[in-house]
Amino acid sequence: MSDFLSPNLVVFAATIAAAFLSFYLGTGRVRKQAIASQTKSHSLNQYYGFYVSLWVLVPAILLALIWMFAADPMLTSAAKARMLAAYPNLPDSFLNLKMAQLVNIAAGYIKAPDAVMAAQADLLRAAQASADRARSLTLAAVMCIGFFYAFRRVSPELRARVLCEAFLRRLFFLSAVVAILTTIGIVASLLFEAVRFFREVSLFDFFFGTHWSPMTALRPGDAAAADEFVAGSTGSFGMVPVMAGTLLVAVIAMAVAVPIGLFSAIYTSEFASRRVRNIVKPTLEVLAGVPTVVYGFFAALTAAPFFRDLGLFVGLDVSSQSALAAGGVMGIMIIPFISSLSDDVITAVPQSLRDGAYGLGSTRGETIIRVVLPAAFPGLVGAFLLAISRAIGETMIVVMAAGVAANMTINPLESVTTVTVQIVMLLTGDNEFDSVKTLSAFALGMTLFVITLLLNVAALTASRRLGQRYE
Amino acid sequence: MDTVVDMAKAIKIQAKDVNVFYGEKQALNNVSIDIEDRSVTAFIGPSGCGKSTFLRCFNRMNDVIPSCRVKGSIMMGDVDVNSPQTDPVLLRARIGMVFQKPNPFPKTIFENVAYGPRIHGLAQSKTELDDMVEDSLKKAGLWGEVADRLADQATGLSGGQQQRLCIARAIAVGPDVLLMDEPCSALDPIATSVIEELISELQQRFTILIVTHSMQQAARVSQKTAYFHLGTLVEYGDTKDVFTLPKNEQTEAYISGKIG
Ligand SMILES: Nc1ncnc2c1ncn2[C@@H]1O[C@H](COP(=O)(O)OP(=O)(O)O)[C@@H](O)[C@H]1O
Ligand SMILES: [Mg+2]
Repeated sequence: MSDFLSPNLVVFAATIAAAFLSFYLGTGRVRKQAIASQTKSHSLNQYYGFYVSLWVLVPAILLALIWMFAADPMLTSAAKARMLAAYPNLPDSFLNLKMAQLVNIAAGYIKAPDAVMAAQADLLRAAQASADRARSLTLAAVMCIGFFYAFRRVSPELRARVLCEAFLRRLFFLSAVVAILTTIGIVASLLFEAVRFFREVSLFDFFFGTHWSPMTALRPGDAAAADEFVAGSTGSFGMVPVMAGTLLVAVIAMAVAVPIGLFSAIYTSEFASRRVRNIVKPTLEVLAGVPTVVYGFFAALTAAPFFRDLGLFVGLDVSSQSALAAGGVMGIMIIPFISSLSDDVITAVPQSLRDGAYGLGSTRGETIIRVVLPAAFPGLVGAFLLAISRAIGETMIVVMAAGVAANMTINPLESVTTVTVQIVMLLTGDNEFDSVKTLSAFALGMTLFVITLLLNVAALTASRRLGQRYE
Repeated sequence: MDTVVDMAKAIKIQAKDVNVFYGEKQALNNVSIDIEDRSVTAFIGPSGCGKSTFLRCFNRMNDVIPSCRVKGSIMMGDVDVNSPQTDPVLLRARIGMVFQKPNPFPKTIFENVAYGPRIHGLAQSKTELDDMVEDSLKKAGLWGEVADRLADQATGLSGGQQQRLCIARAIAVGPDVLLMDEPCSALDPIATSVIEELISELQQRFTILIVTHSMQQAARVSQKTAYFHLGTLVEYGDTKDVFTLPKNEQTEAYISGKIG
């Protein structure tokens, strides 16, 4: 069989074809029966088609999934047992390498280096082929059973529409469950690695340590540890400077984004005519669609040199990678986010409150400042909190413009590093995935996750309070 | 007993040939009316006939609606309401307004009432402001219920209390005229009767224009009644005459429940 027509592809195509065929047969059967018995069928004909093809497809998909999770590991472990027999004295790590090689040989990607491996590869190929055959046969059997079960039940009295509806409901429910489970899975894996990290480094050192230099961190007991390194290494995983850098950049970003975003929201919601609003709002939202890496270019190539030159001009020493440049550009990125959310919040303030204020003789400005904004306040706080959590989690801009030095500073002209930058640094390049260094990235990620989660919950609560008041 | 001549009151507001348009659509057609000082005038009529629109002409609230144009003259004393020289902000300080749905600001009870005096700089000191708030709440018949919780959120009050708070808030600015647009339509019968009594009391100090869809309410609280139909003022006269001997057959049909 050619590469293109892999057995999987053929099985897949056959399954789809079977589904179409059963749709056709199902509709045909109900149509004929309805004519023969002179009755009107309960549902539209197409529902009977769907009903039959669902009975063909769903069991087949379930079976394929089970096969994927159960059969393939069985094949692999059988092959491994054979390999162990063929190479009895090989250490475990070496055997794993050989296994990877074997899989590639069996797939035809590489040539077998020797006769033993070639024989093993043949065995594996044969096992795979028979497994594939078995799978195709069971699939065909399951589809046939499903088909005949459903096909025989098709009659004008069958409430196919209701059954299809029930299936859809379960499908939607399942999708929701999958989404939730994925989230839980991601958090769990993060938590798992973070716990491994905290077995090596104490919680206190991590959260309150003021020195961050994971690259040179050597723990007592490391074979290569020179004495002076050991002495200076205890504080190497202190996240305070990294957190400080993150907060500094976020604060700068908010200082840029909140006034501009809020004021433009006030303009679009309170002053702009409908025509202007219909132009300004979508334009701002386009700004939200610019990929963050583009903002990163802008920060690194335009903003950072600009701030450095400006600093030179007024006699200040601005680092070429400054918190100011990163934060400023991040602020620009967040503007549309804040302005769009704030606009929604301000527009949601009932007109009756504005009327009340005007009726008492307020000017437009007084109405906005004394009535509309206070009424919108909880929602605005919610919008700002969401924006902060965006800023803290933002990666690309800071990677390109903030720098990597974990300086303990609140001076915006210096280079700082952030949690996200450190995670990128720690996990890119050649790394063993179980060194303390890489594990620390998960601890950072976990911390970041908890912080943004809390911010989002706070934001949600704040905007709920606004919603309740004006239902 | 007072004679009829003694009871005739001074004219507070004089509207002449008022026409209002929403875009191309005409909502009011040549409405002219004389409003008596310190009395209650009720605007009645089927819904959509322009009562609210007319009421909003008196304090230029129609300015807020971009599509709305008002023509004609409304004189309040020597103030020409519609003149470009008249500042609607100052005008609205002289003409308070109470809306259909109670709309207290999401602030404390005290801050709601203090709002007007604050923006118009009416109080020179904190004590003066306190006095103004207390006085307004008393006039609105709410003081007894809220005296010990002025710092509570106004949105926590009941609907009827909120509406009286809105009246207090309007009174606090010191207007001569109060405009009320169906002030009881969102309230239960008990709260409604409390507000109706309040209106009768306020009448001694204020000229009150009230839109109502309840004819019983108009009969109970007003001295004068104006009946509107499709943007025109059909009948205007003493309330007891309009309700007992309507001159116009449309008015009669409405009052006897044939139009509604
Ligand atoms: N903001 C507006 N824009 C356009 N038309 C309006 C507006 N407000 C009221 N109208 C129209 O003006 C007419 C009178 O409305 P309104 O004064 O609210 O009537 P009423 O208070 O007597 O029920 C109605 O036909 C209504 O549709
Ligand atoms: Mg109305």
